[in-house]
Amino acid sequence: MKKLLSFVLFFLVGSTLYAGGYRVSIQGQKQLAMGHTGVAVISSAESVFFNPASISFLDGKMNFSLGVSGVIAETRYENKEFGDVNNTESGLATPFNFYATYKANDWLSFGLGVYTPYGSSVEWEKDWSGSHLVNDIDLKAIFVQPTIAVKISDKLSIGGGPIYVNGSVNFNKNLNRSLVDINGNRTNVTVEQKSISAWGYTLGVMIKPIEKLNIGFNYRSKVIMQAENGDADFENVPESLPNNLSDGKFDAELPLPAEITMGLSYEFCDKFLFAFDYNFAQWSEYEALVVEFDNDAGVSTSPRNYKDAETFRFGLQYEAHKKVTVRTGVYFDQSPVQDGYFAPETPRNDSVGYTAGLSFKVNDKLSIDASFLYLHFEEIDNSYDHYQESGQNAPFEGTYKSSVIAPGIGLSYKL
Amino acid sequence: MKNIKYIAIMALGLIACEPELDNSIEDAGFYSAGTADFSKFVSVGNSLTAGYADGTVYLEGQKYSYPNILADKFSHVGGGSFTQPLVSDNIGGLVLSGTQIPGFDTRLVLTGDPLGPDNLAGTPTTEVSDILTGPFNNVSAPGAKSFHLLSDTYGNISGVQTGTANPYFVRMASSPSATMLGDAVAQDPTFFSLWIGNNDILSFATSGGVGVDQLGNPNPATHGPNDITDPTLFHGTYDALLSGLTANGAKGVVMNLPSVTSIPFFTYVDHNPVPLDAATAGFLNSASAYGAYNAGIQGAFAYLVANTPLTQEMADAEIAKRTIVFSESANNALVIMDESLTDLTGINPALISMRQATAADLILLTTGPLIGTLAVEGDPTTTIGVAVPLNDSQVLTENEVSMVANAQTAYNNSISMLAAANDDVILVDVKTSMEQLANGGLSSNGVTITDVYATGGGFSLDGVHPTARGYAFISNIILERINEEFNATIPVTNTGNYPTTYID
Repeated sequence: MKKLLSFVLFFLVGSTLYAGGYRVSIQGQKQLAMGHTGVAVISSAESVFFNPASISFLDGKMNFSLGVSGVIAETRYENKEFGDVNNTESGLATPFNFYATYKANDWLSFGLGVYTPYGSSVEWEKDWSGSHLVNDIDLKAIFVQPTIAVKISDKLSIGGGPIYVNGSVNFNKNLNRSLVDINGNRTNVTVEQKSISAWGYTLGVMIKPIEKLNIGFNYRSKVIMQAENGDADFENVPESLPNNLSDGKFDAELPLPAEITMGLSYEFCDKFLFAFDYNFAQWSEYEALVVEFDNDAGVSTSPRNYKDAETFRFGLQYEAHKKVTVRTGVYFDQSPVQDGYFAPETPRNDSVGYTAGLSFKVNDKLSIDASFLYLHFEEIDNSYDHYQESGQNAPFEGTYKSSVIAPGIGLSYKL
Repeated sequence: MKNIKYIAIMALGLIACEPELDNSIEDAGFYSAGTADFSKFVSVGNSLTAGYADGTVYLEGQKYSYPNILADKFSHVGGGSFTQPLVSDNIGGLVLSGTQIPGFDTRLVLTGDPLGPDNLAGTPTTEVSDILTGPFNNVSAPGAKSFHLLSDTYGNISGVQTGTANPYFVRMASSPSATMLGDAVAQDPTFFSLWIGNNDILSFATSGGVGVDQLGNPNPATHGPNDITDPTLFHGTYDALLSGLTANGAKGVVMNLPSVTSIPFFTYVDHNPVPLDAATAGFLNSASAYGAYNAGIQGAFAYLVANTPLTQEMADAEIAKRTIVFSESANNALVIMDESLTDLTGINPALISMRQATAADLILLTTGPLIGTLAVEGDPTTTIGVAVPLNDSQVLTENEVSMVANAQTAYNNSISMLAAANDDVILVDVKTSMEQLANGGLSSNGVTITDVYATGGGFSLDGVHPTARGYAFISNIILERINEEFNATIPVTNTGNYPTTYID
């Protein structure tokens, strides 16, 4: 039991933001290795996430998949005018996934998925030059998705299920650019809430119009994470400050946007599988980060003005050997962050993901899946222009460059 | 399990690639020092160089001294380390042999409800007799006048009580007979900054002009602490300072001297803050109050015109100046003593040299809280500023303002001339920049600083010295000049990130 507990804790360490916004596209080692395609791929229990309809077509009575990636993300910030240089602390985040499917009869299948599609963990040097926007942030969300799929015909299935989300937030920033106590310690606030619950759902359709070609469609609803009565902890507040900045409570909400994915997969030359996914994420939902405090800090509104974002994913799989399957992929991920809204709490611009991986079949039932992701970002000059102090705009500008790598490992088991 | 996690992190860390910019500011040659060499930067001056703020030197203030800010930016272009004679605490003030030195109080902070400036509660811990081991790049002593930088008694602890030494220099002097210039030059600077001369007028001005204008007396030995330094003495001293600092070929910047009218210590308190109702104004104007004085000076001047070379015109002018009139208004002018007026006490001892203030008289910041209080408790006829005139030490009168301005102009001419004569030295016109503070303020990086006391952001609570943000603005003005004149590309500082006044 003790071993199990530490195992679970290990997986809950956190998830680093690395795709557009705070979406973390690592929901299955096999599919990640193929550019995180999968809406039209029938391969393993990972389909519970990628397209719940497709579990109808899985071989075997039961399928299990378990995986974890170690994400190392780092961002560098430089400002030439002032000579400022900062790097985010490179911690290790571990998005994980667990999927199970069960074929009750020829037309009815059930599934369960537990995964972490959203998260952000960015830690800048305390009191760095952008500390009035963020010192550090840690968002976590675990999705639990019971699933049901119905095979309508040999060419068509539908599936879906409710999603229960449990999340937490911890966010620290300095109150403004210059308020300090008499010893020069910056006045800052930490907002924290654990165990935020929310609900959403997913729906999928799988079509097999001709042999070797699959077409898939998946819709994932938006989920609004609402922090209510979270803890707001104010530090280094000057005692005589006329404003009441005593510790109190806060309310805030963060949208996890709806996502539409459609794509196809095609088998060719016996041993090859090609897959293409198109994602459309309705990030325009995220207009502003509004935090309401119950003291004189009042309502803090940080405009975000995200735009909807698209991702194009390409994946290839090759059965190299009866025991070894190799995979690779590439994807083009558009950032939802617009120019002038580039905040260091989500310092992400467009990126290209390169993926690779392989599965090794230990026996007919068990295989080991390895994956690797390298996410490439161009360096970008951008700014956050919507911070104000005493009615004056104070843009926060600089050159950013991020780099992300994520090796992962998983197990698949088929009964 | 724990070990496995660490091993995993380490293994992943090995293959992680740190993001690097194509053109990083940490690349050699990204910024240029131009024709200057910042490897050994030495800064010489007074309180403004020491990072003095809120009436004292404290650690936070030293961190934000303008040369320390400059040195941080110089580090991008080959600047070396920059050491300062740090004090012991954030309380401020000084102790000598365990006893607080009078006049060296704790720092001013905003405190109380409603918020107002007051000395921070606490006991100073910076012991002057704990002599620090140098050398220090920041050779500055709050209170130093130009000629003090050449004095070989200025760092001798035995002179602290008598006033021939400066406790701030005593702490850092290389020996009791060291001079400030000597300690600076001994470090063989490649680049220097010199901002001196402010106290040559300011100590006179902040004392309300109780000292003497030493115009024409070039002997520093006979200058009192509150006197205006003779411009000839200043010129010779400044020449010696510049010659010393540039002797080994160092380049440098020199700052000129701002006007007292740019400083809230002299501009925050109005000359006419007295609200009166009709009855009180009427009483004050009556023969039982100032009416008697007004009648008295008429008589006295009539006597003088009749019996001395004084003309009727001159008499009329002074009568007009000295006639004291109040009205039902919120803006009656204060009554002040003015030693430049004709002494009439020989004719009538009641006719003291007083008049009502005008906008040309500068009421000191420290006088503000006294106005309207009673000189004699419980006696409403002793209201300070109305019934009891403000004394010489509470006001810088128009005449004294012009003495200060004349000396300032002379000093600034010397600074300009001597800087222009040396190709290695550039002048930074801080005077003109600081005039902006009273004229809309200075803005950058989303902040504006003005000369408004306590809330303007530019001046600390002593009303004379800048805040950290003020020093950051000054640093940028200096950096821009260095970049311009020495062909350098040194980054500037983000003024928005610097604190202003501190709240307890």
